[in-house]
Amino acid sequence: MLTLQCPYCGVWAEETELHAEGEAHLKRFGPGSSDDEFEGYLFMRENPKGVHFERWRHSNGCGKFFHAARCTMTLQVFGTYSAQTLEPPQDIKDKISAVQPNWSWREFS
Amino acid sequence: MSKAVSALNGASFEGFVKVEETGLRGMITVRGDLDGAEMSAAVKAATGAQMPAQRKVVSGDKGVVAWMSPDELLVVVDYAEVLETVATLTTALASSHALVANVSDARAVYHVSGEGSRDVLAKLAPVDFGKDAFGAGDIRRSRFAQVPAAVWGNEDGSFEVICFRSVAQYVFDLLKVSAARGGEVGFH
Ligand SMILES: [Zn+2]
Repeated sequence: MLTLQCPYCGVWAEETELHAEGEAHLKRFGPGSSDDEFEGYLFMRENPKGVHFERWRHSNGCGKFFHAARCTMTLQVFGTYSAQTLEPPQDIKDKISAVQPNWSWREFS
Repeated sequence: MSKAVSALNGASFEGFVKVEETGLRGMITVRGDLDGAEMSAAVKAATGAQMPAQRKVVSGDKGVVAWMSPDELLVVVDYAEVLETVATLTTALASSHALVANVSDARAVYHVSGEGSRDVLAKLAPVDFGKDAFGAGDIRRSRFAQVPAAVWGNEDGSFEVICFRSVAQYVFDLLKVSAARGGEVGFH
């Protein structure tokens, strides 16, 4: 059972109190973008065996969206962080690097 | 005007703990900047209570305030006072970006009391109800079986469970099954 700490209300919530909301840090491409950009925004998703960044929502709780960094292979959770950000914070990246020095995910490493 | 009644009109059940629907109760959802001076002044004016800290419930001379999320509070007052309290809050928050909504008739509240109350709750929600983890003045939003609910601890060791009115019967039935004699756990 996956347990994540909601950064907004501080609760250690187990998975059934949360809702998975897909990949984190997607950049929206809307009107005026190219077909390739729009396709990438709508459909192209990472599916790594390893470090992954996800969006979650504390749906049966405070209701807030937040981000989580975890490893899909070891199931280690590196941390959760605010949704009001465009990229993973440095302390989360450092925690990942301590365990998996050569990790990369999209443009982050 | 039609006569207001609560969801289950004060239904109660006595198992190894007592479960009672509390009847009519004034409840107001307030959203806005909880760190703002206006918000704490509004809460003070409406209930006499201080702004609650994260996941805390505080009482004042006129009502109770519960922390629901970083930008949401639940203000609990007597049902007869609710319109007046809404007006007080709306006036106090007039110049900030905020919402005040009377949700009294959209919620149901249960009082759970007696030895083993923690066990009754722990069977239904994925929450640590240990005495060190959850006590008087704490509030926790979670799910009770399949529906969202919130629970807070009272000073006398009893608990209040709040759910949406549309699932009032469901939550009452859950609490009844969980509190039925023969289902004692004796863990907490
Ligand atoms: Zn939360």
